[in-house]
Amino acid sequence: MIINHPLLGPCDAQEFTYKGDARLIDRPDGMAEGSGPAFYDYAYLRDNPAGEHRELWFHEQGDRSWLVVTRNTVTHDIISVELARDVARSMGRSR
Amino acid sequence: MRLKAGGQIDRDTKLSFRFDGKHYKGHPGDTLASALLANGVRLMGRSFKYHRPRGVLTAGSDEPNALVELRSGGRQEPNTRATVVELFDGLHAAPQNAWPSLRFDALAINDKLSNFLTAGFYYKTFMWPAAFWEKLYEPIIRRAAGLGSITTQPDPDPYDKGFLHCDLLIIGAGPSGLMAALTAGRAGARVILADEDFRMGGRLNAESYAISEMAGSDWAAQIVAELVSLPNVRLMPRTTVFGAFDHGIYGAVERVSDHLPVPQTGKPRQTLWRIYTRRTLLCAGALERPIAFANNDRPGIMTASALRAYVNRWAVSPAETVAVFTNNDDGHRTAADLIAKGVKVAALIDTRPDAPKAAGTELLAGAQVIDTSGRLGLTGVTVKLANGQTRKLACGALGVSGGWNPNVSLTCHQRGRPAWEERIAAFVPAGDLPQGMIVAGAAGGQFSTHATLAGGAEKAAQALTDLGITATKPDLPQAEDAPTRITPFWHVKSDKRAWLDFQNDVTVKDVKLAHQEGFRSVEHLKRYTTLGMATDQGKTSNMGGLAIMAELTGQSIAQTGTTMFRPPYTPVAMGVLAGRSTGQDFRPTRLTPSHHWAKEQGAVFVEVGMWLRAQWFPRKGETTWRESVDREVSATRASVGVCDVTTLGKIDVQGTDAAEFLNRSYCNAFAKLPVGRVRYGLMLREDGIAFDDGTAARLAEDHFVVTTTTANAVPVYRHMEFARQCLWPDMDVQLISTTEAWAQYAIAGPNARKLLQKIVDPAFDISNDAFPFMACAEITVCNGCPARLFRISFSGELAYELAVPTRYGDALIRRIMAEGAEFDVTPYGTEALGVMRIEKGHAAGNELNGQTTALNLGMGRMVSEKKDSIGAVLSRREGLSTADALKLVGFRPKNPQSRIPAGAHLLEKGAKMIVANDLGYVTSACYSPTLESYIAIGFLKNGQARMGETLRAASPLTGEDVEIEIVSAHFVDPEGDRLRA
Amino acid sequence: MRYSGFRVLKEALTGHRGWTPAWREPAPQPHYDIVIVGGGGHGLATAYYLAKEFRQHRIAVIEKGWIGGGNVGRNTTIIRSNYLLDGNEPFYEFSLKLWEGLEQDFNYNAMVSQRGILNLIHTDAQRDAFTRRGNAMILNGADAELLSAEQVRREYPFLNFDDARFPIKGGLAQRRGGTVRHDAVAWGYARGADSRGVDILQNCEVTGFRIEHGKCLGVETSRGFIGAGKVGVAVAGSSSRVMAKAGMRLPIESHVLQAFVSEGLKPVLPGVITFGAGHFYCSQSDKGGLVFGGDIDGYNSYAQRGNLPVIEDVAEGGMALFPGLGRVRLLRVWGGIMDMSMDGSPIIDRTHVDGLYFNGGWCYGGFKATPASGWCFAHLLATGTPHPTATAYRFDRFERGYMIDEKGMGAQPNLH
Repeated sequence: MIINHPLLGPCDAQEFTYKGDARLIDRPDGMAEGSGPAFYDYAYLRDNPAGEHRELWFHEQGDRSWLVVTRNTVTHDIISVELARDVARSMGRSR
Repeated sequence: MRLKAGGQIDRDTKLSFRFDGKHYKGHPGDTLASALLANGVRLMGRSFKYHRPRGVLTAGSDEPNALVELRSGGRQEPNTRATVVELFDGLHAAPQNAWPSLRFDALAINDKLSNFLTAGFYYKTFMWPAAFWEKLYEPIIRRAAGLGSITTQPDPDPYDKGFLHCDLLIIGAGPSGLMAALTAGRAGARVILADEDFRMGGRLNAESYAISEMAGSDWAAQIVAELVSLPNVRLMPRTTVFGAFDHGIYGAVERVSDHLPVPQTGKPRQTLWRIYTRRTLLCAGALERPIAFANNDRPGIMTASALRAYVNRWAVSPAETVAVFTNNDDGHRTAADLIAKGVKVAALIDTRPDAPKAAGTELLAGAQVIDTSGRLGLTGVTVKLANGQTRKLACGALGVSGGWNPNVSLTCHQRGRPAWEERIAAFVPAGDLPQGMIVAGAAGGQFSTHATLAGGAEKAAQALTDLGITATKPDLPQAEDAPTRITPFWHVKSDKRAWLDFQNDVTVKDVKLAHQEGFRSVEHLKRYTTLGMATDQGKTSNMGGLAIMAELTGQSIAQTGTTMFRPPYTPVAMGVLAGRSTGQDFRPTRLTPSHHWAKEQGAVFVEVGMWLRAQWFPRKGETTWRESVDREVSATRASVGVCDVTTLGKIDVQGTDAAEFLNRSYCNAFAKLPVGRVRYGLMLREDGIAFDDGTAARLAEDHFVVTTTTANAVPVYRHMEFARQCLWPDMDVQLISTTEAWAQYAIAGPNARKLLQKIVDPAFDISNDAFPFMACAEITVCNGCPARLFRISFSGELAYELAVPTRYGDALIRRIMAEGAEFDVTPYGTEALGVMRIEKGHAAGNELNGQTTALNLGMGRMVSEKKDSIGAVLSRREGLSTADALKLVGFRPKNPQSRIPAGAHLLEKGAKMIVANDLGYVTSACYSPTLESYIAIGFLKNGQARMGETLRAASPLTGEDVEIEIVSAHFVDPEGDRLRA
Repeated sequence: MRYSGFRVLKEALTGHRGWTPAWREPAPQPHYDIVIVGGGGHGLATAYYLAKEFRQHRIAVIEKGWIGGGNVGRNTTIIRSNYLLDGNEPFYEFSLKLWEGLEQDFNYNAMVSQRGILNLIHTDAQRDAFTRRGNAMILNGADAELLSAEQVRREYPFLNFDDARFPIKGGLAQRRGGTVRHDAVAWGYARGADSRGVDILQNCEVTGFRIEHGKCLGVETSRGFIGAGKVGVAVAGSSSRVMAKAGMRLPIESHVLQAFVSEGLKPVLPGVITFGAGHFYCSQSDKGGLVFGGDIDGYNSYAQRGNLPVIEDVAEGGMALFPGLGRVRLLRVWGGIMDMSMDGSPIIDRTHVDGLYFNGGWCYGGFKATPASGWCFAHLLATGTPHPTATAYRFDRFERGYMIDEKGMGAQPNLH
């Protein structure tokens, strides 16, 4: 597969390490009261769609960017690639 | 027999070769198959199940029959298709799957038993008694099965891998591929033209018709010559594109040296190319399919197009008299070509009552071949005429044409399924092609030469237009444009066996039986009968099988569908897929900065991940590893030892939020660590399980150096980058892995400070007061060399870790050894390191096994509840904090000289050896020279409460069962006086 | 019809006219007591044991395509019970025992071949870990044997002992491990279930569950509604998309695992061998092909096909271990969709919907589990309680912290 890195252009997927569902960006607040169930959901449950999937790839043998790749899990077509940091910010994550 | 004239062979040069022990001659341009046929050899192999005599069926890579063992020794190559082996001088090949000889094969008895050995018979018997399967039935079956044999010697030839990039990859250099390459090449696009054959031209080399008044092969040579002159076109003969992968990546194998006795010096046998292309033009042509009829498998019976190819390209006829059996006009072309070459054609048997006229031979229209004769080679065929009479024809070869199948394989490697096209009675590529692929020529169902030439030019221009490249189509040469006229005909009805899959011996009867027993889906048919599972992956057999199944079920062929086409298109050598990553080069080897020095000392090395580390340093007179390791431990504990710990992961963490970042990354607190101090840190995964441990040294307010275990250097860095970029994207913190930037040595033992004081520049006070336990600083050593010093201890001794830029690592170890001579400084390896950490009760890889928690490790209280750190919440789950949770403890054997096996399980004395009595397990064990006893650490249920109890460490696997006492894991200096000294 | 050597002889002499379909092609009934969704190995085994061992009636197996078309026909055919953890080992040992009597039980020769499995050891830490595992196996009543490098060499003299990047230091052998003809398992169970009255409905795709007041009343299918007292889902790689129709999200990701077969060869490999320093395991089929595999591709996929890097990686492992493989040709590569769970272990459990049961999360180890999975799922469906060897395979183990993580890789499915 080829991942079109937003900064570096097309790169072979072999340069990357895969993590999984981009929802892993959306980590619950560990100090919130009773956050156990939220963490269970976060760490363990997956939509696992047959179709478009937003997922995290790490450019381990490249610039060390985490990317959010939107990819179809049936066809492997890649629809978009974003810097995970931008995605995280757009989801309201900051510090 | 070789014809007097013609053929694309060099008649002036003779090549000697050997097959089945006999010597023969051939010419450059021959394949092994054409050369054998030229020498009158039709019998080349035996079939898989019935061991029936087999000769060539095809003239190309779709060959299922003529399989040989090529070469010998480490180069022995089983199942090699004689039809694609380029003849070279000295070639030798042996028949396979035949014993004692190809002509008299004992297992041909199976043929007599064929009525018992029908499809799937083995699923119904050999079940009693159960133990007989492995002992009796299976060994017999296994010995009888298999095809060629492999060598167990290493393959002596090298293989290479490479990457290629292009605008347009053209697969197949027949008429459409050549026209496409010409179109794209002249337009300036970066073109790769790959063809599996050693001579480009495809069917043009095997046909007799003219292109623009030239012989087809001459026209092809002329186009190739122009392509060679274009710098933007790369011609790759002997190259098979075997797979279409995601996003325009193709796998291809170039057979660089297979046409030579051995590879030239410095050249690989084969090269695996990963071709990255923007567009792909599949010009893979079409393959002719046989017709099934009784005993249609004798040597001498082949596809009509193969017969034509042997005559035209190699000037070889398998026999003096031949016949042709067809259901379409192409069979007539074969007959005409043979006649033109002076080969006697006994008859042209056409299943169509309305067959067109034929000249130079008798046309038997509406007739069918109903049987054949000849034990080791065809002697004649029996024909049922249109009027119902039968007639026998003597012939030594029969060309069979059942129509042509477009070569759709690569179009289906992703999710494409071909569609049935009635016009040509064959499947053609349909939608869902691999990204960027276009099909041209016969592969797309366009069979006339004119259509393939036009299609190649047109589709190439279309592909270039997609890429924004303007192409002018070359003038089309004159060529035949005959329509495809076929009346589908799949098999001649018969009570005898009629072969579909020639290699696996699947007959029409087997398909009928599969249908009778309910195996009616094409996938069930394939799996039950093994139809299409031979080394040709069903190229010559699948179509016939599924057509007959369609007939039996009453469904159309389109409804019946095909099985999946899977890579590789033709089988690929394992060696080329592995490339250079074999033997010692299987994975990269990482050497520590002291490696060369350690080697000089005679160190024994051990693989630690990719690293090689010194395991111990034997000295003269030491005969066992234990002697060396015990000495290294004792010397370190008595005076001072030095160990290369460079392999530990090192991560520089910088930025105003560095402290807070680490505070959230480790389960224990880091926010308030003072500058100049180091702290042990335990990192959890988000699921609350211990991930890794190490130290974090605060060199400045905004600068930490974090260490990880050797094994987790990469995962920890990745994890921290995830946290930085994805969880807390606005924190001011930067990370960089510096594992390879710093050479790091542990200097441990009561004399460690004294030794270091000789190395550290005098400006830096490293006295116990100025530089206490868990201090750190950026310093200089050896007169100005930048360095980092950490007072941390894995051994439990007064110890430091000293880091210098990697390029000084070799010099530093030599300096340490020189300056330490007065203290008898002792280098120690990973074994002594391991012994000392077990003596001290430190967890390492065996304890941090991804299944243990902070609680298990005795660090439960380290998990701060005052902050949000990764893993803290889920570490509090019920199952991870039960009252009888495993706890890390130490074990001492009742008899100090009894080894405690790591991996032993813990049981009560006298308890039965069953899992219900399992109390835990031993993780790490060693002999402690310090305690003069074997010791171990491990996890015991509710271990802290069981101190002093006696249990068993039982290892039935190794036959050991040792009484042990439960003790603290801190065997040596539990109060930590030494490391603070 | 009972299969036997005698029957084969008789049919051979009478023109094979007597063979009947291995299973019927019945029309769907409007209602069954139990509907199993998924005509793969696990679903068919469940139906078989429900009918045979638990005396249940009115059972249907519904399958989207053709039976045995999923992972039961796409795996590398290995059976073994060399597990480490208490939650797993008794279950897999139960499975291995069922394999040992399976052919006689369902009257079909699935070629259960206990030629042994050998996991190679390349480091001292690996030896420690395998020792712990071998002892756990023995404590659970399984067989295990620790081999020295010399012993391995005697059995597999052609492995790379002299020029290896990661030298072979020994191995953990399980002699009762081996291989089974995978397709035959599906067919044998199907035939056995069918002969006991189970309706096998092929080309019948589940499009939804009819759930009212928290109770599952049946399944909507491409062949109409089929009512059911209980519905058991065993659809492996399709688990998430099927259970989503019941509103569930699972602790599962779907990943592609490629498998490989070489051209047929005369016997060379006696048993199953697993390289411990790379991704490669291999056996030789009775037909002669080397059947081998490696790691999953590593990204979520429902595509039943993989990519070149893993093919190369597997070949590298193969060549590193067995340098004579260089001229052996890879014949075919295919892919299966693995239901990779969050701890690498399966789930056999009821769901929050009354009457709806789930069996999945088998990762790439589902084939060897087929008999026990079927038996235990049948036990759960028939009795409402988990089988004693499958009590740990609960949905709530993740929420409660009772993971069964053999590899210790945590909640990241592609690392299991």
